[in-house]
Amino acid sequence: MITKRIIPCLDVKDGRVVKGVNFEGLHDVSSPVELAKYYSQNGADELVFYDITASAEGRRLFSEILTETAESVFIPLTVGGGISSLEDFDRVLKCGADKVSVNSGAIRNPSLIEEAAERYGSQCVVLSADIKRVDGKFTVFSRGGRDNTGIEAISWIKHCVDLGAGEVVVNSIDTDGVKQGFDIELLDAVCKAVHVPVIASGGAGCIEDFITLFTRIPTIDAGLAASIFHFHEVEIADLKKRMAEEKIPVRLTEEYL
Amino acid sequence: MLAIVDYGVGNLFSLKSSLRAVHADAVVTGDAESIEKADRIILPGVGAFGDAAEKLRATGLSKVVTDEALNGKPLLGICLGMQLLFEKSLEFGEHEGLGLLKGCVKPLAGYIPPEYKIPQIGWNALSFKNGGEKSPIFSTIRNGTYVYFVHSFYAADCEDSVLATTDYGAEVTAAAGRENVFGCQFHPEKSGEAGLRILKAFSETERAP
Repeated sequence: MITKRIIPCLDVKDGRVVKGVNFEGLHDVSSPVELAKYYSQNGADELVFYDITASAEGRRLFSEILTETAESVFIPLTVGGGISSLEDFDRVLKCGADKVSVNSGAIRNPSLIEEAAERYGSQCVVLSADIKRVDGKFTVFSRGGRDNTGIEAISWIKHCVDLGAGEVVVNSIDTDGVKQGFDIELLDAVCKAVHVPVIASGGAGCIEDFITLFTRIPTIDAGLAASIFHFHEVEIADLKKRMAEEKIPVRLTEEYL
Repeated sequence: MLAIVDYGVGNLFSLKSSLRAVHADAVVTGDAESIEKADRIILPGVGAFGDAAEKLRATGLSKVVTDEALNGKPLLGICLGMQLLFEKSLEFGEHEGLGLLKGCVKPLAGYIPPEYKIPQIGWNALSFKNGGEKSPIFSTIRNGTYVYFVHSFYAADCEDSVLATTDYGAEVTAAAGRENVFGCQFHPEKSGEAGLRILKAFSETERAP
């Protein structure tokens, strides 16, 4: 049985993990490479690196740490942040990324999804969408949630999947950072609309929030979170043990088999 | 020396890195002589079967890889590289493979229940068949170990050579092989510690007599 994936997300700026990460036992707490190794050894099913750098120098540093990570971490690695051209795809794939996520770049130019899927295959192209309720309607926001595009979210996601997006990360701006649980209503609507893997993002505050997500929406594929993992509020090993107790299909490492 | 066959499809970064991590001496090459000189061969691949088979033939590497495998040199096909080991594929038309293993590559669509998403993307468990657990590449791997899959097609009609299956609403070929020829539908280079052990084991397999 295919398992539900647990995905830590690392925000990287100028080659360093941002948001004060608190880790014991790591030599360098803001080294993306060290953190990635830690997560990979502690049960993460996949990792997302999000490049929030704006400068060319920051980009270069990001490429360096991405390469170093991909050389030492052997689980799938998705890269997002500032992807707006095929050259951007090429740059991160050459550094060892397995999948590339597009957000604002696809809103500016939806054909980017089509061209990238054609060149690298759909399995490589992840649509990331930041969504917020505006007058009761799910609406797509761009530029890290700053700009209201006015685009209706569900039809946008369907359109991007038709263009070739092989996976969708749904980030609810309404629940993000609130730690009161994932946006079940939104995620359920997306899962009903598309037949590709859907990754839930935004709102996880505790283990039970993941249990609720996977129980209420059996078709969701993965749960993504950042700070609750970075701050040890949720240990992936504990989370997975709890999922197994609830009979949610989950990848346990071999010592548990 | 292990040769990773470079015939212009797919990203070989992870495969190269993971072999380095298990201290296997590997080279990425599209050169027939290097492949002939190598002790073992890995045939990678992502994308469409037809394109890949055509590229392998056009570069002449299809014959080199087949001849070496028939002479007993260990060969490991990964993902599309595994599918290419079979006789043919029905992916967008009918295409001929290397024919080292008996069987035909078919779409998951129509085989698995409709509620299952295609491609299968994610971690799924290995269930050994035909004594697959005794295969040299799986000797350290427990039944039920999770490995990472990304695929829309699967190897069918290969009962004789299947070494492991995975449950995706139906029994799907996860690994196949006979004698010195091995194939993994999953990506060992993306399957964490277990995947590394599989690659390590392959890098130590001996020639068939």
